[in-house]
Amino acid sequence: MAEKIATREAYGKTLVKLGAENKDIVVLDADLAKSTKTALFAREFPERFFDMGIAEQNMMGTAAGLATAGKIPFVSTFAVFATGRAFDQIRNSIAYPRLNVKIAASHAGITVGEDGASHQSVEDIALMRSLPGMTVIVPADAVETEQAVKAAVEYSGPVYIRLGRSAVPVIYDNRDYTFRIGKAHRLREGTDAAIMATGIMVSIALEAAEKLEKMGLQVQVVNISTIKPLDKEAVLEAARTTGAIVTAEEHNIIGGLGSAVAEVLVEAYPVPMERVGIKDSFGESGKPGELLEKYGLTAEHLVEAVVRVEKRKRQFAKR
Amino acid sequence: MSDNNYKFLEEKAKTIRKDIVTMITEAGSGHPGGSLSAVEIVTALYFQEMRIDPQRPDWPERDRFVLSKGHAAPLLYAVLAERGYFPKEELYTLRKIGSRLQGHPDMNKLPGVEMSTGSLGQGLAVANGIALAGKLDGRDYRVFVLLGDGEIQEGEVWEAAMAAAHYRLDNVVAFLDYNGLQIDGPIREVMSPDPVADKWRAFGWRVMEINGHDFAQILGALKQAREFKGSPVMIVAHTVKGKGVSFMENQVDWHGVAPTREQMEQALRELG
Repeated sequence: MAEKIATREAYGKTLVKLGAENKDIVVLDADLAKSTKTALFAREFPERFFDMGIAEQNMMGTAAGLATAGKIPFVSTFAVFATGRAFDQIRNSIAYPRLNVKIAASHAGITVGEDGASHQSVEDIALMRSLPGMTVIVPADAVETEQAVKAAVEYSGPVYIRLGRSAVPVIYDNRDYTFRIGKAHRLREGTDAAIMATGIMVSIALEAAEKLEKMGLQVQVVNISTIKPLDKEAVLEAARTTGAIVTAEEHNIIGGLGSAVAEVLVEAYPVPMERVGIKDSFGESGKPGELLEKYGLTAEHLVEAVVRVEKRKRQFAKR
Repeated sequence: MSDNNYKFLEEKAKTIRKDIVTMITEAGSGHPGGSLSAVEIVTALYFQEMRIDPQRPDWPERDRFVLSKGHAAPLLYAVLAERGYFPKEELYTLRKIGSRLQGHPDMNKLPGVEMSTGSLGQGLAVANGIALAGKLDGRDYRVFVLLGDGEIQEGEVWEAAMAAAHYRLDNVVAFLDYNGLQIDGPIREVMSPDPVADKWRAFGWRVMEINGHDFAQILGALKQAREFKGSPVMIVAHTVKGKGVSFMENQVDWHGVAPTREQMEQALRELG
């Protein structure tokens, strides 16, 4: 069993590391610093940390102002409040003027758990993806989070980084993996079908691929950690080499990774496809594992989706 | 402040009013009422108070101005052009395809525009961010922001008001263009902000109330703001919407309507 670390944990530690090297980095939080792990930065660099209180709209606007004066603001709160409550501020004060603000939101998806639907963001990818010029990153593990935060600092422009609450398995080794914005990463080869997964679903996809191998299916697994700009080449390559695609995301199936991949395929290389995600519903209270089970986001669900899509592929081939 | 100086500012204000009316007529759309109400405030800032250099719009030490009520873009454009940030002929491209003069200000298109605005209630938070950066960097620039009376109905304004006082941003000076009218009618009938000065005071701001068309009062308040330390400053400026054009003054219908050619001619005659 791989070591498990929450991506928000990696984010907090990385901020401290980068904050020591780059004095332009400032951090803002909305009374959730202990949860988003920006408290680590606040402890090291109190003069560059601003708790804005429970006022997300003002926090986004303040970050925009800091960015106009050359700062690199990292803004953190729960994903549901960052992207939903302050959407207009992100749109008009950050994305439209293309300001160099990094929104690193934690507690995305239903694995927030017991707090229930009000705190579980199932639409943030869709919201951020629809904003012109917004880069959307969903790291799969702690290693990728660290690299993504670093890449966000080096990149000039607005970035949304989606982080989770729960500890997730470490997939990558910092020594042999390099995250690049806009670049997908194939973790496993296979020609029967491809699972294109993002965030916590990447390790679950790897688990599903193991199970499928035992059933005689060789399944490719691709980590799409940048939802926007999407690595279209990687999507088309997976479609060409396997002819059957399953997307996997801890997000509504409307507007997220599944939609993004479908948009590319339908215009350039249509193949049978299944979208595994939350089926247009809000979540509820429960343990993260129970929620993944109830909302259809386990390795077993992925196995079923792959079996379905692979069968459709063979039916198409016969016609 | 000499009489000559006041005369100079009065002349500038007159020119800017005429430019506003002309450019909105040429565009066939825009917001004359709330542009005309704040002419003296923005004129005083750009021609007297602010430390700026139009030749170096990105000078790090410059004072900043954020037009939170972004629909008063014609006012900002007229002042910036008059101050030499870009050629005055360009004023007549307002709201036209391909223009740098967007319907609401775009900071990436036009030099001198410090922030893209237009969605109401967002300017003060941005001004606070710029002010915080100034304090972090040990720079002594100041940030001026113009708020509309209607837009302070937005919750973000009060979040920002609280934050500016909390972080003791005495490098923020806000003007409230209190002309009393919003699109749906008199602000006191739509959603009253009163007692408005008390509200800002209660949020920890130093508040002054002035006649927003009187240069002596504007400059006096700015002088006090300059000397005041420890908290942000709000200058509640009582103004007349559509100021200077008889048929526009205090008329809610002139919030967002362009004059006809004939109306423009009359307005220009009145403005002298």
